[in-house]
Amino acid sequence: MSRVEISKIEYAIETDVLRLVETIISKHGCNRSKLIPILQDIQNELKYLPRKVLEVVSSKLGVPISDIISVASFYHQFRLEPVGEYVFQVCFGTACYLRGASNVYEALKLATSKVSITVEKARCFGCCSLAPVVMVISTRTGEKYIHGRLNTNDARKIALKYSATIRK
Amino acid sequence: MSKYSLHEIIYGHHDLRVHVPISSCTLATGAQEVYRAIEDYIKRTGVSAEIHRVGCMGLCFLDPWIMIAGKNLPPAIYANVKPLDVEKILDRYLSEDLSGAYALRFRIDDKDYGIPLLDDKPEWKYQVRFVSRNCGIIDPESIDEYIRTGGYEGLRKALKMKPEEVIEVVRKSGLRGRGGAGFPTWLKWKITYEQKSDEKYVICNGDEGDPGAFMNRLLAESDPHRVVEGLIIAAYAVGATKGYIFVRAEKPLMADRLEKAVVEARKKGFLGEKILGTSFNFDIEVYRSAGAFVCGEETALIAAIEGRARPRQRPPYPAVSGLWGKPTLVNNVETLAHVATIFQVGVEEFTKYGTEKSKGTKMFCVTGAVKRTGVYEVPVGTTIKKLVYELAGGPIEGRKVKAVQVGGPSGGCIPFNLFDLELDYETLQAYGAIMGSGGLVVIDDSGCMVNVAKYFTDFTLAESCGKCLPCRVGMKIMNDILGRIVNGEGDVSDIEVLRDLGVSIIKTSLCGLGGSAPNPVLSTLRYFDNEYREHIENRKCPAKVCPKLVTYVIINEKCRGCGVCARQCPANAITGAAGKPHYIDSSKCVRCGACLISCPFGAIEKT
Repeated sequence: MSRVEISKIEYAIETDVLRLVETIISKHGCNRSKLIPILQDIQNELKYLPRKVLEVVSSKLGVPISDIISVASFYHQFRLEPVGEYVFQVCFGTACYLRGASNVYEALKLATSKVSITVEKARCFGCCSLAPVVMVISTRTGEKYIHGRLNTNDARKIALKYSATIRK
Repeated sequence: MSKYSLHEIIYGHHDLRVHVPISSCTLATGAQEVYRAIEDYIKRTGVSAEIHRVGCMGLCFLDPWIMIAGKNLPPAIYANVKPLDVEKILDRYLSEDLSGAYALRFRIDDKDYGIPLLDDKPEWKYQVRFVSRNCGIIDPESIDEYIRTGGYEGLRKALKMKPEEVIEVVRKSGLRGRGGAGFPTWLKWKITYEQKSDEKYVICNGDEGDPGAFMNRLLAESDPHRVVEGLIIAAYAVGATKGYIFVRAEKPLMADRLEKAVVEARKKGFLGEKILGTSFNFDIEVYRSAGAFVCGEETALIAAIEGRARPRQRPPYPAVSGLWGKPTLVNNVETLAHVATIFQVGVEEFTKYGTEKSKGTKMFCVTGAVKRTGVYEVPVGTTIKKLVYELAGGPIEGRKVKAVQVGGPSGGCIPFNLFDLELDYETLQAYGAIMGSGGLVVIDDSGCMVNVAKYFTDFTLAESCGKCLPCRVGMKIMNDILGRIVNGEGDVSDIEVLRDLGVSIIKTSLCGLGGSAPNPVLSTLRYFDNEYREHIENRKCPAKVCPKLVTYVIINEKCRGCGVCARQCPANAITGAAGKPHYIDSSKCVRCGACLISCPFGAIEKT
């Protein structure tokens, strides 16, 4: 990528976002090995990893964008799409799966289709004895709540409870 | 600082001490709210009391539990406590009425209050709490409590020995890697020790990725210093100056507690320069992984710290060329906690337990279709039957156990008729499973083995890093075939293809992920061939699990037309007039089962 192109990208994202990315990179050091912590911090701030931001990271670290996307798309923690006010992570570990995680997932999907809540499948949280389990993450505050021993009715109640707290 | 007795930790210095477990599993069941309710109670009543935050003792079916210890009263454990119950429980306890308690931790006099002792309960009495000895007893965020239970004594002893002598102690213990493969720990140490290099690394593998396994999380959340101490001893033995604890993103509290433990250990001089007055320098960094199953594989884990998560060919083994090309020792959380404990209490305490080939104890997570889900530490070589039936209480009322899945996505299913098998590395391998990290998921007659096999290939397919072809493409083909079978579109020839393909993937994959990924399919084919045939030949799912092969119907004679199911149905697939039998439109039905659960008359059935 030539220098001209880089500056184009930098202009295309908001200055405060650019500054944020710069701060994070300088905190960890401009090093390929710090890519994952850098992406984690960016996601903590922006809630997901916008393509344009990844391009900035690519040019700053001198790592091809294909490499960056390969890392960002491989790890579960990273999101490439924007998310809602809450993220409902339905555990799809073995115990949760056997105890009806798919039903809970479907019920949550249906119950949250009209509100700003993202429902996604997740890897094991290690709370298998309480299967099935859902982790609710508030994207505004970063707070995490775990709900265990759920059935489809409980799932709908949880969906209602959190939907009610979303600012209209 | 003087040593603690169990009595001292439990009673503290107030009239009343309430122990509340704060760990991921208890938080999920409302322990924080219970904690607040107890705080309120103490404030309101003005009783001289303190709340003691502890870790989890592994009896997850009790969550959230609390333990109350008051003057002249025995410490009593209460199970499944709700915030609203707190006042009643504490009032009663203080008036010497212990009814409703689940068990007494111990007795202080002859009075038994009509409550059984924890030591007499099967879920506790068959356990040997060696490495989990402090779990649920001490405050995981207090280094002082750890020290007063004998913590960092092991490190002191080790630092007085030469590194070769430290390795010799580990050799004598017969400790084998608790992460799955069971490689002798001392040998890994010795090879790393023998490498000549200006720099060496030690890594604690806390990337517990097997669904169904959470012993590492529990251990690190409840007694993090034990892991840190083990890692320091390992570093001293192999001559490393820098260590990493690798923790995955899904387990944030585990990472927080370990990070805090590292900071505290540094303050006390167990980490840093000239540790305990010796010339040994060592420090630890907690690395938060972004979550990828393959990172549990040691070469992928090392690559992840370097910034790219992909396994590579072995040899050279990490012990020879690992992180940044330097000799690197990678040990599992539980292995390192065992090391610390062995050095604290002596090799003999460890070798007392276990089998000829595998000494000591192992933590097993028993989950799924059993009454008492939790983490149980038992001697290696305990039978599956004992663990599932006596400790975990057997199947849920009215159900029959069909199989147990051991070792997660790399393991296999052991059928009920082989439950007399002993849980050790060699036996499980011979029967198509692996010990793995020690997760046992019990499957009862409501589970479909083909569906479980499909589930695991979904998992490994998504987790395959894509570097080698057998795993990347092979697992995709297996997954496609299984997908057809569970949809009732299988062919008789599929079974042979699955077998052949599975064996080839195991033989030719680059790393342990591909090398074990077909195990769940091969073991279910081996023991549950009949279920595959039912799906393929009769287009039926005997357990009525596979959605495409199941339909929900309303039994007209039983339906009173109350409409509860229609209101519960998320897909609006149920119609019918009030008071008249309702009808499910199969084409709209999403097979969530909400109607079945909600029907007050048992009028809905799966066929």
